[in-house]
Amino acid sequence: MAGQTLYDKLWSQHLVKERDDGTALIYIDRHLLHEVTSPQAFEGLRLAGRKPWRLDANLATPDHNVPTTVVERARGNAGIQDPVSLIQVQTLDDNCEAFGIEEFKINDARQGIVHVVGPEQGATLPGMTVVCGDSHTATHGAFAALAHGIGTSEVEHVLATQCLLAQKMKNMLVRVEGELGLGVTAKDIVLAVIGEIGTAGGTGYAIEFAGSAIRGLSMEGRMTVCNMAIEAGARVGLIAVDDTTIDYLKDRPYAPSAAQREAAVADWRGLVSDEDAAFDKVVELDAAAIEPQVTWGTSPEMVTGVSGEVPDPEAEADATVKSGYQRALEYMGLAPRQKITDIKLDKVFIGSCTNSRIEDLREAAKVAKGKKVADSVQLAMVVPGSGLVKRQAEAEGLDKIFVEAGFEWREPGCSMCLAMNADKLGAGEHCASTSNRNFEGRQGYGGRTHLVSPAMAAAAAIAGHFVDVRTLESNRAAQEA
Amino acid sequence: MQKFERQQGLVAPLDRANVDTDLIIPKQFLKSIQRSGFGVNLFDELRYLDEGQPGQDCSQRPLNPDFVLNQARYQGASVLLARRNFGCGSSREHAPWALADFGFRVVIAPSFADIFYNNAFKNGILLITLPEEAVGRLFREVEASEGYRLDVDLEQQRITTPGGEILEFAVDAFRKHCLLEGLDDIGITLQDEDAIRAFEEKHRAARPWLFRQAG
Ligand code: SF4
Repeated sequence: MAGQTLYDKLWSQHLVKERDDGTALIYIDRHLLHEVTSPQAFEGLRLAGRKPWRLDANLATPDHNVPTTVVERARGNAGIQDPVSLIQVQTLDDNCEAFGIEEFKINDARQGIVHVVGPEQGATLPGMTVVCGDSHTATHGAFAALAHGIGTSEVEHVLATQCLLAQKMKNMLVRVEGELGLGVTAKDIVLAVIGEIGTAGGTGYAIEFAGSAIRGLSMEGRMTVCNMAIEAGARVGLIAVDDTTIDYLKDRPYAPSAAQREAAVADWRGLVSDEDAAFDKVVELDAAAIEPQVTWGTSPEMVTGVSGEVPDPEAEADATVKSGYQRALEYMGLAPRQKITDIKLDKVFIGSCTNSRIEDLREAAKVAKGKKVADSVQLAMVVPGSGLVKRQAEAEGLDKIFVEAGFEWREPGCSMCLAMNADKLGAGEHCASTSNRNFEGRQGYGGRTHLVSPAMAAAAAIAGHFVDVRTLESNRAAQEA
Repeated sequence: MQKFERQQGLVAPLDRANVDTDLIIPKQFLKSIQRSGFGVNLFDELRYLDEGQPGQDCSQRPLNPDFVLNQARYQGASVLLARRNFGCGSSREHAPWALADFGFRVVIAPSFADIFYNNAFKNGILLITLPEEAVGRLFREVEASEGYRLDVDLEQQRITTPGGEILEFAVDAFRKHCLLEGLDDIGITLQDEDAIRAFEEKHRAARPWLFRQAG
């Protein structure tokens, strides 16, 4: 018999029951909640007279709607200007209170984007099933946890039963071997993967990311990669456990106690695909060939290397692709064959559950240090992923570097990733963004998003247009040394 | 959940691949804590010429005359014909809520995004996956003849075109059952309460750290 993949192992460890109709009941270890996708689920529980199955499996924090300026945040919920947003955040507080669910409220230092908070607290552990009413739950797969997004009906289902009805996915292996070029990051890897397989390439699969380039990433980088598995169509992204995983989890609040740690670590070591495991599909990428990536269109698969150019729709044979490209170029206000480095930016956003962790901020700060944001850029903002990331960055003096360079240093939340709060793009504005979606209107009505890494975003803020981070002085010097 | 009845549905064609959930229902409308009322904002950015706000009276807003759902011939459509990878993007269940609230009971496309697929069925919407060329043919037929209706029979897993062509489709047994009966799946799962408890106990004994609270 062929060996098992990591996904197969996680699946069978949580299988409560297989049913005759082909669905299975899967036990859920961790359920993360935020204000946008939970109110209707709590309401459903109430209407049916049901209670949460296991309170301590749940952890909540408001993130999508919270304002990010210091002045607003100082006032807690009362600082939320938009009355509809306020009701949503208040409803989460009320529901958590009423049902007894632990919540990191708006001004708790542990508050932040739910996908930054879970791992940071050790509330995401290897071998867990983790779900949240948010598609970027795939992030937590970096810890060899079976993690995926769910809809609101499923949020209610998990609250009430601690289980999900699921069907087993197929297995895909994305192997990235070799060494990344200087200034090329986890974000560039995942954008390159999406460019390769397309936004529907992973549909129906759990993707395991492997290979030396993935092994070489920190946990922050691995989370960036798994975060965007959903942009490749896969609900689940996974990375096997190794020393990097185990070291990261030491001493985190929810991580195993000292007495449990040895047994836990021994168990975690088994969370790797067997050598003879069979994958339904294998994709291979050469790390050394990956350039810093920039999206030019309105889907994450519309991406190219920074030295490239916007494609010419006329060159496309497939009619659907061609009309998609034409529509994207029109929306983005770009011309066929325009050079990527000629795209000028109006705003720059460094943040989101893809790239708002400490390492991301360090990379951006390294580029911004001693420089100034270009006059043509109206707003460049840095939004840390959580209160604890913010605190750490300030302890390292990163906030000063950003502020001196002309960036705004904000309070944690989703912010301009989806612009549910006041942070948004105006119509026609181009934004270099470290987030994960460049859909039409995503960052504001008519806004034009280009997805990039934190270093590329910082460099674009300073130049006013895209530049190849590999040509920056700091990187050149390091390369020559 | 509303039971799924056999449809003699008017078909509206949305000729565009990778329709994402941000396009189906833009984020400003996710602030509602209700489950209903999203229909007027379905495809908001395509449907209206201005930027929509939650709670606004949409009857006064300028409509985009070019958008397919605004055309007189498609009023009252209950079947949406779409292109590949429909429903990609976020997990927002507001997307199927908006589609259902607008009146769509069926979406036909060559492929759907995974999370959207789950969410739609939980809200009484039948998603039908057909081969790309069959979908292409339906697009041509719909556009060519006004008042084009499809007979969608879930029981038989069969679509019949006005010309009498029969297209069979696959759907998994559990989803079909829930849709036809209008069943709430939490109730179904709780019938297995004992199995869940037994599993939970075993799981806790094997991996107690998964149940640990912050120290
Ligand atoms: S940061 Fe963006 S993608 Fe991540 S959870 Fe928030 S809104 Fe979603």
